[in-house]
Formats: sequence, structure tokens, C-alpha cells
Amino acid sequence: WPYCRQRCSYCSFNKYVVPAVDEAAVRASMVRETRTLLRLSQVQSITSVFFGGGTPSLASPQTIAAVLEAVAGAANLPVGAEVTLEANPSSTSTQRLAGFRAAGVNRLSIGVQSLDDAELRLLGREHTAAEAQGAVEAARGLFPGRTSIDLLFGLPGQSWDAWARSLEAALGLCDDHVSLYQLTLERGTVLAAQVSGGTLPAPPQDLLADMYQTARAMLVAAGFRHYEVSNFARKGALSTHNLSYWRAEQYIGVGPGAHGRFVPRGEGGHRREARVQTLEPDAWMREVQSRGHGTRKRVVLSPLEQLEEVLALGLRTDEGVTHERWGHFSPQLSLEAVFGAPGEARDLQQQGWLVLDSSGLRCTWEGLALLDSLLPSLLCQLQR
Amino acid sequence: MALAGRTAMRWARLRSPFPATVPLCLPLRLFSGPVACQRPYSSHGTEKIDMSMYPVESIRNFSIIAHVDHGKSTLADRLLEITGTIAKTDHNKQVLDKLQVERERGITVKAQSASLFYSHEGVNYLLNLIDTPGHVDFSYEVSRSLSACQGVILVVDANEGIQAQTVANFYLAFEAQLAIIPVINKIDLKNADPERVEKQIEKLFDIPTDECIRISAKQGINVEKVLHKVIEKIPPPHCNTADPLKALVFDSTFDHYRGVIANIALFGGEIQKGHKIVSAHTKKRYEVNEVGILTPNEQPTHKLYAGQVGYLIAGMKEVTEAQIGDTLFLYKQPVEPLPGFKSAKPMVFAGMYPADQTEYNNLKSALERLTLNDSSVTVHRDSSLALGAGWRLGFLGLLHMEVFNQRLEQEYNMSVILTAPTVPYRAILSSAKLKKEYGKEEITIINPAQFPDKLAVSEYLEPTVLGTIVTPQEYIGKIITLCQDCRAIQKDMLYIDEHRVMLKYLFPLNEIVVDFYDALKSLSSGYASFDYEDAGYQAADLTKMDILLNGNPVEELSMIVHNDKAYATGKLLCERLKDAIPRQLFEIAIQATIGKKIIARETLKAYRKNVVAKCYGGDITRRMKLLKRQAEGKKLMRKIGNVEVPRDAFIHVLKRQTDK
Repeated sequence: WPYCRQRCSYCSFNKYVVPAVDEAAVRASMVRETRTLLRLSQVQSITSVFFGGGTPSLASPQTIAAVLEAVAGAANLPVGAEVTLEANPSSTSTQRLAGFRAAGVNRLSIGVQSLDDAELRLLGREHTAAEAQGAVEAARGLFPGRTSIDLLFGLPGQSWDAWARSLEAALGLCDDHVSLYQLTLERGTVLAAQVSGGTLPAPPQDLLADMYQTARAMLVAAGFRHYEVSNFARKGALSTHNLSYWRAEQYIGVGPGAHGRFVPRGEGGHRREARVQTLEPDAWMREVQSRGHGTRKRVVLSPLEQLEEVLALGLRTDEGVTHERWGHFSPQLSLEAVFGAPGEARDLQQQGWLVLDSSGLRCTWEGLALLDSLLPSLLCQLQR
Repeated sequence: MALAGRTAMRWARLRSPFPATVPLCLPLRLFSGPVACQRPYSSHGTEKIDMSMYPVESIRNFSIIAHVDHGKSTLADRLLEITGTIAKTDHNKQVLDKLQVERERGITVKAQSASLFYSHEGVNYLLNLIDTPGHVDFSYEVSRSLSACQGVILVVDANEGIQAQTVANFYLAFEAQLAIIPVINKIDLKNADPERVEKQIEKLFDIPTDECIRISAKQGINVEKVLHKVIEKIPPPHCNTADPLKALVFDSTFDHYRGVIANIALFGGEIQKGHKIVSAHTKKRYEVNEVGILTPNEQPTHKLYAGQVGYLIAGMKEVTEAQIGDTLFLYKQPVEPLPGFKSAKPMVFAGMYPADQTEYNNLKSALERLTLNDSSVTVHRDSSLALGAGWRLGFLGLLHMEVFNQRLEQEYNMSVILTAPTVPYRAILSSAKLKKEYGKEEITIINPAQFPDKLAVSEYLEPTVLGTIVTPQEYIGKIITLCQDCRAIQKDMLYIDEHRVMLKYLFPLNEIVVDFYDALKSLSSGYASFDYEDAGYQAADLTKMDILLNGNPVEELSMIVHNDKAYATGKLLCERLKDAIPRQLFEIAIQATIGKKIIARETLKAYRKNVVAKCYGGDITRRMKLLKRQAEGKKLMRKIGNVEVPRDAFIHVLKRQTDK
């Protein structure tokens, strides 16, 4: 759902703020593209559905229901399959949420972002901390154990104390899944311009590191498993859908600017492709209407590129890249064969950033925070 | 109108299968027609020109000299157009600047020549335009080009007036006793003040104001007048076709297919295909395969005659065979060789090493080829423990070094490690052992690794230059401070008009090598100009400074510094390195040392967090692209111990950052 009511100061996502959305037309296109791409992939069974991007909670439950029906019509959608909807606290009245639940949604991810009104204003959010609290409580009532919240840290001017207090408050409010994102100053956003222009301070590197370590420690102490760089879950409430990205499974992207990774078996393909749908909603709709889908770009991924993705994504998780997953993409050359030999990976293991053992290759607790410094070396070794 | 007819016919043949129907008196302007547009260079013609039509009296050999950006290349483009050498289009920009680096930087590095045909008052003239480079570093090339000329067009910007290089170029031409035609360019500009410039020219060069020609090369105003003056004022070359062949090699280029192409100026006799010639320098014998003129591309002719300028291909294959300044003569008809040139004196030395030692041989052959086209670069083999086998190269200046490096990358796809530039210091040895080892008392040090210890030396010497700065008076204060910071001594100060001042300073060369020019430009908003000439050696209190990363020396940054500036330089380098080196997984100590003594230290802390927060379906493609670029970048990093340093970091830290 590429539409938003207003532009947040930090967001560089492909989104559109328009006065009126022809929802019936968008819905029809979503349904049609879903059918086309599912047929093309010849996927039999769907493990999860995620309504994300823009503000999906602005769509009507009817639209959500229509897409889910299309999915169920084209492939098997088991009753227990995870169906997540991204929601903004400003469009999550209990009544609306009940509507989404009736449409088939069974998990909610709420963009709380902060529990401080001043921070929320800085981020250009249209809700207050109290509204966010209300939204989370309402959601937990309807989706107990399946409500996730997003929080941002490393805001310009945010202190370590302020972050620690926010975390305390969030822990009091949250359900069993929390995503904590360090704010990325994306080029072209209002916030990035303010920081580079000097009107807002850039957060110091060391403070960001402290905030991250504090958050990890607090959440783990509260019984959460730190299962991905920015994601925490307890009682097994991991996001099935997001795990499938990090495990390099197949996924189909539907809607303007959506990305997919799958083998188009429907047209006789047997190699994994990276696909991107047309960015601009009106152009995308026209394409879907005329040829059934709005795929703008498709790139066949070479075996090496696939392995690079398996590595870069898998190492973001606490399970890492398992031998099984690696073998799936590289039947010839095992993980040990590539990374067990003398070279970068071994050096990184000796320095305590990486572990290669019987379950696979993964980051240590310390290494996870430095993953982006490890990956270029590992890619170099892989390319050899 | 024979010239017009002949050249016209050559063009007409390209256009029409019936050349006989073309009248022989077509005006020269024909060449701006559509045919010419499709064929911008006349060298595409197939008919060979009979050069005997141009006796010595109808030949003029000249250069255009000017301060950078005063419009030398634009004037050359216009002259080429007017004479029909190239078609008149909107695309003629820097036609003579063939190198990618020249076009990118808007400078001329490599002199080119073009023969222009022009008819004036019933006589057909052959005007040989020998282009000259426009930067201080290349003044050697300028004097080389001038050796084939009898006159120059001195171009001065009507807005900027006389600049430092105008002064330097004027004296080069004056000392060579060449006819000088002063031209004031850019009179179309809003702020043009040709009167003021004429007065400057009168005051500094003693040329009457009424001799200046006011032109706009861009708009073509009065450009034809310049050609008339060239014919009137510049004498024809003084030589005779009846004499034995005497040809000066004033430039050479290397062509992968045809071997060495030598640019020659004939000071006597004639030359043609089949002639057996001898090099006065090497005494080697060659048979001429091809002669021709440059228009500006090579255009073969039957012969070349005394007074003419052109090129020669004679089966020279080795890079060393076409020595610039060499004299060629006919086999068994030896002549007194021409005086030739002082070899270019390198002012700046730097070590060059292949980024990857397996590339050594490729780099070696690229260097050989490039140095043939740029013989002012000196090459000595060198090796270093850290960097492997390489060379120590001598350059005319830092721009020359950067241009050379850029050409290696662009034309030969070579990636190299370049060490900090150093100037040729000298040491007078006191140690008997060292004296015996070197076989002499005074040695030149072009590599900091060979800097002899103070105890073995009675005196160190550093090279100096006499710098000329021309600036609007409002910047004088800042410029004097800058010069003092550079240990310079003022020698002269002269108002060249009410607003402009010419300063002369004696500089230690090392102080101006890296970034003096940039600093001067930036503090004068680009208005001050600078040029320099060699001024001998002076005693100096020198020492060798090393930079260490986690205890490992950075060989690229070893440098010889003046003791007074060692601490400040060391501190500055450490601070800049701290900014230039990316954080890594471990802490990095950056130290400047003299001997065992640490004189400055900075600490670059380890990364504590470096992982992108969000990575979901839509982010993966972008993420992978970035990671792969980083992985590629990693392969190009220079490793010092386990510290990875971007390859361009060292040259960046050596440059003064004007905002600090």
C-alpha cells in the first residue's frame, strides 16, 4: 500500500501522499498482479503474507480481504499462515483493527517509533505517544501474542538516558515482538538535510553503539531472543515472514515498487530472479491492467550472487547461515570448504567476531553489531 | 588563388566524383560547408599535398603562449577554422588538446602542431602553429615548442590582465629572440578593460600600446587580423632547401601500430620517403617510411622542405630512439647537430609501485610508452621492502605528476601506489665511509629512504625557486603571510598598474610542491597567479620523518622535512590521516616519528557498531550492491600491517585543506 497521509521526516520509502486514492482500482490491480505472479512462480503453498510499505492500515479491510482471497485462490494458504499488517497508531481504531482481523490478518506490526511527543514531532509522525499506547493496547486485545512494535533510536539530540527511559516504557507496553531500528539518515529526507545542514546534531558513533548495546541487554534480560540485528521476540513470536527474507527463501512482491525473489517456473524458468515492480502507482496500475503485472525489472541471479545474498542476509540472524541452507544453494562447495580454509573468515573467527561450527556460520554477540565491517571481507573470500 | 583551388579540389573530390567540374577559384570559405562538417579533419583527404609549393619565404612558424584560461586553445580553434583546417562547427573546443586528461582539466599538457594554409595578398602561406602547454609545470615544453618557431602570439585576457605565466612566457620568447605579437583576448566580456592591459604590457614588456590587437577568439572578432600580423611581423625561418638535411626532433609520440612518430622542424634540406637518415644522437640509421604535416592529424605528403614543420615515421621502434632535441641528417651527409635542449629538470620525485606486484611488467611497459610521449619524466628503478619493486619517477611539478598518474590510469588502465612527493635534496657528506661508498662528497637525495644520518653529513641543501606572483592588491596581506609560512623571502614587489602587484619570492621548493598553488588560488578567490623558475640550492636544517600506523611505517608518507616545521607537519598529517582512514575493527595508533622519537600521535578508535538497521525484501538489492562495491574497494586497499587504507588517502592528506 504505497500511500501515506503525510511524509515522515526520516522516510525515503517509495510512498505517495495524494488527496484521494481510487481504492477500487488499486485493489483490482493488487488482486490481478497477485494472481499473475503466483501463477508465474507456480508456488504451491504460501507460508506468510505481509502488508507493508507506505501505510497499509489506511487501506480498507475489504481490500486486504480481496488480496488474501486472491492468494488463497491461486495457491494454498494454510489457516495458520502468518498474515501481518503494518499499521500506524493514527489509523488503528479498535473497530478498524477488528475489520482487518475479520479480513484474515492475524499479526500486527505497529509503527510506534517513539514514546516521546517531542521525538514524534521531530520524526514528522502524526500521532502522539498516548495515541501510540492506545493503539498497542487495542491491538494486543485483538491480536494477543501477535502484536509487534517498531521503535527508532539514534535520533538527532537523543540522549542515552532518554533512550533507556523509552525502552523501559516500551517494555511495559509491548507484546512478544519488538523491532528496534537505529535511525538511518537517508539521502533526500528532511531529517538528513537538517543534519547535514547543521541545524540538527549528528548522533555520535559511540553513543549509537551504547544505545544499541543497552537495548540488546535490556531486551534479553526481559526474556526476548535477539534473533536478528534489529528484531527481538519472546515465546517464539518470531516473524515468519521476515525470517524468510533472511533465509533467502522465495518471495513475491506485489504492488508499486515491490521487490521479489523467485524462480519463474510458470514460464519455464529454473533460475532465481530478482524482480522489481514499477515504482509509480498510476504507471504500475496501467501496466497491471494491460499485461497482468507491473514487473519493471528482472535480473537472473547467478549462483554466486545467490550465495552472496544467503551470506549477507543469513548472518543477520542469530541462527546464521546453517549448513542445510548453504547446501541448498551450494550443493558442491560446503561452508567449511569456503570459510574453513585460511583466510578472512578464519581471521575473523580468531578475532572473536564469527563462529563456524556444526550448526553453521554465524556472528558472535559482538560480531553482530559489526556485521557490515565483516561482510566485505567474507564476500572477497567467497568470490575467490 | 592556387591554394584555394588546390585545397578545394581535395575537398571536392571527397564530395563529388567529378572533380574537373569544380572551379579552381572557390573561396576558402567553402570549407565551412556541410561536407566539412561531416569530415572535421582535413587529414581524411587522400591526395598528397605537394609541399614544394611553400618555399621558405612563405612559411611562418609560430606558437601561441598565454596564461592558463586566457584563451589560447580557443584562438587556436578559430585559426584552424579560418584557414579551413577544420570545419567551423560549434563543437570545436580544444581541438589540439587530444588527451582525455587535457579535455577534462581544460589544460594543454602535450604540445601539438597544426599546419594552416592561408592566402594573403596573393601569396599562399604555410603557417605552422605549434601549440604549447599552459601550466607552470610544463614550461620546459613551452621552450621546446618555441625552438621550432620564429615568433609567438602572446595572448592576455582583457579582463584578468597580465598574470604570472604571461610574464614567464614573455621572457621565454624574449630570450629566444622571437617576434612577439601581443593579443588582448576576450574583449567581448562585460568587464573587459583592454586599455588597462595595453598599459600593463607597455609597462612590463616595453611594447607600445598600439601594437596590441584586441580580439575575441570566442566570437571570432579580429582573429583574421592576427593572421595578417603573423605574416607581417614574424620572419620566415632562416634556412635553405639546397643545404643538406638538418631536422630537429622537437616532439615525439608513440603509436601502437606505426611505432614512433617524430615531430620535426627542418632547418635545411628536404626529406621524403625512402631517404636514409641518421640520428646525430644515437648514430643509428633509418629509412624514412612516411613524412607529412599535421593538420592537426597526420597528413602524409610527398616531401618536407627546409623551414617546414611536420612529422616523420622511420621505423623507430624503441622508446629511446626518438630523442627529443636530436638532429636527423642524411646518411653520409653529416651536419653540425643543432644545440638541442637542456634536458628537463625534474623538480618533484615520487616512488611508483604496482598496486599488485604481478602487474609489474605491464606497468613497466606502460611507463615506457608514456615516457616516450612525455620525455620530461625521469625513471629510475627502485624497490622497497613494503611496496616491492617499482620506480622512482621525477616530474616537473605536482600537476605534472597528477596528470601522468591520470594518464596511466586512463590510457593504460593501471592502478599504482604513489609515495609522497619529495624534492631533490642534497647532502654534503662528512663520513669518510659514505664518501667512499658514493664515490663523491655531495649527493642528491630523491628518496627519503636514502636520507643520510645527520652525523654523517656536514650540511644539507634544499632546492629553491624564484616565484612570481601577480595579484590584485587586496590580497597582498594574505599572500605575504602564506609566503612567510612557506619560509619564503621576498625579493621584489612592483605595482604593474594601479590595482595589480607583482611579487617575487625565493621559496624552498618543497614548500610549494604540493599545494601552494591551490592555497594561493583559494585565498585570492582565484585572482592571484603563480609561476616559478629554478633558483639553485641553499643550506637547510633537514630531518627525516616517518608515519606509523600501529607501529608499521607508511612508506608512502616518509618525508624529508625542515626541522622548524617537523612538529607542525607531523601533527597535521596525523590529524588528517585520522580523518582519511575509515574506522576499522580495531583501534589504530597514528604516529609521526623522527628516529625513535614520537613527535605526534592520534588514535582512531575501533568501530563498535556498524550494521545497517533495516534489511528486508526491498532493501536487499541496494544492500548487496553497496556490499559488493565495498568488497571491490577492499581489494584495492593498501594494507599496512593489518590496517586498510584507501589508496588515495595519502595524497589527500598531503594536500592542504583550505577549509581548515
